[in-house]
Amino acid sequence: MRIDLNEIQNWIKQGSRILDLGCGDGTLLKFLNDNKQTQGYGLEIDAAQINLCIDKGLNVIEQNLDRGLGNFADNSFDTVLMTQALQTLHFPHLVLDEMLRVGKECIVTFPNFGHWKARFHLFTRGRMPVSDLLPYEWYDTPNIHFCTFKDFEVLCRERNYKVINRQVVNEQSGQLLKDALPNLFGETAIYHLSK
Amino acid sequence: MPDVLPPDSVGIVTPQTLHFSEPLLLACGKTLTDYQLVYETYGQLNAKKNNAILICHALSGHHHAAGYHSMSDKRPGWWDAYIGPGKPIDTNKFFVVSLNNIGGCHGSTGPSSINPETGKPWGPDFPKLRVRDWVHSQARLADKLGIEVWAAVIGGSLGGMQAMRWTLEYPERVRHCAVIASAMKLSAQNIAFNETARQAIISDPNFCDGRYLEQNTIPRNGLSVARMIGHITYLSDHDMGEKFGRDLRSGSFDIGSDQEVEFQIESYLRYQGGNFAKQFDANSYLLITKALDYFDLAREYGDDAIAAFQNAQAKFLVISFSTDWRFAPERSHEIVSALIGANKSVTYAEIESKSGHDAFLLPDERYQQVFGRYLAGIVTE
Repeated sequence: MRIDLNEIQNWIKQGSRILDLGCGDGTLLKFLNDNKQTQGYGLEIDAAQINLCIDKGLNVIEQNLDRGLGNFADNSFDTVLMTQALQTLHFPHLVLDEMLRVGKECIVTFPNFGHWKARFHLFTRGRMPVSDLLPYEWYDTPNIHFCTFKDFEVLCRERNYKVINRQVVNEQSGQLLKDALPNLFGETAIYHLSK
Repeated sequence: MPDVLPPDSVGIVTPQTLHFSEPLLLACGKTLTDYQLVYETYGQLNAKKNNAILICHALSGHHHAAGYHSMSDKRPGWWDAYIGPGKPIDTNKFFVVSLNNIGGCHGSTGPSSINPETGKPWGPDFPKLRVRDWVHSQARLADKLGIEVWAAVIGGSLGGMQAMRWTLEYPERVRHCAVIASAMKLSAQNIAFNETARQAIISDPNFCDGRYLEQNTIPRNGLSVARMIGHITYLSDHDMGEKFGRDLRSGSFDIGSDQEVEFQIESYLRYQGGNFAKQFDANSYLLITKALDYFDLAREYGDDAIAAFQNAQAKFLVISFSTDWRFAPERSHEIVSALIGANKSVTYAEIESKSGHDAFLLPDERYQQVFGRYLAGIVTE
């Protein structure tokens, strides 16, 4: 399982009601259902990913996040999750608002564009970074709204999101450095928010 | 007519008839003292009797959903693309039951049957039916077949309404409910189309206040127009354009010519309408479209669909089609939202299709995948 998903489970209460936005193949949802006895739904737009969720017996709803969450009632979920999808949204801040309306808490993870590798790539080559984590060219990428750890901090302040918890995680090295300088050495940012 | 039956066909099937002498109290307050149901089955009921699937039919549906009645059959059953060995409703795994509802005209008791009290066809005196009446009669069929719990109740369009009603009337008897291209109630536009179709029938001089069988006639023209109206609403503008465009079947627009012009679409609709009028009973059409209009899943739950679905125990699969304007994806979104509100298990897919409402009957790779994978997951439960 992806390292950010592993961290998230620590913040999910046993038996809670969750909504996973952009749930992909349903790995996290299935893990939480099995290990935390959660009940929940995943939202996804990719047909192939939806099929994989169906294979896992998950509740998956085909829905485009850019059209909002108007079909979900206020505070109807304990936690609304969104892992590695924030950067693909047309209006990330509006979806975050919606997440905090629908859920009592929310958890967001995104690739930190401030990571030194991205900076190094841009600095030395003068081109948009293409890496294992972000394996797309600028013109065909689903990622249209990159931000850094710092940018997200600013957004949280501006929109009065309460940060319950924050983490940066790395797939491999740099565990110590990331704690000291998260914006420079953290690959993936994980935020646990409430209103 | 196939020379050889396709390997993924259920093959040659024979309809069966069951008589019910236990009176059936209908939602309108009247009682049907005696009735019969015609049905077909595909696949084998297993020893635990937990692999049965009920197929609820749509407006003009028929018990003949899959396979062929004989080698001279021109076409297989109406949902043959989805029912058979290896198909989404896999008859290697499931025992599938498909029936002609009461009020229909393909062998089950309906307006063209003889009213035992008068010795004449029921005609317009056949009691008004609602979707729940079909569900109750289907439950009796299940009893007779020894099926306590359906692995799934599945329906498209009007069939989807029956499937949803099943989960509220007999929550403990449905494990999964598949609602395809359907709605919790009709829109004003839907009702308007139905009423226009009904008026076409009623205003046919051969309708004879519904007693046309006694007069030895049939309101063929009215029924044909009714079907034409319906047919238009089942197709998409795109498909109609692709298939027919403005192509002419006869005549020309040449300057100096006042020849009668006939577009391909006109001739197609007339052909379809005429065919339908040969096979379908006008009173059944009136009865079934009324049942469709009356259906409102949440009416008796204070118009609160979430409250209605609280009673369901089934898990749901909801599917809609992008160009379906008869039962648009928005109608399915309403179902899904209500199910989420009621904290029920639900999976929803919106299939990109160019074929309008009819898409639910047509082969489509993604639709088949979603449907098949969902059903594959319920086999082992």
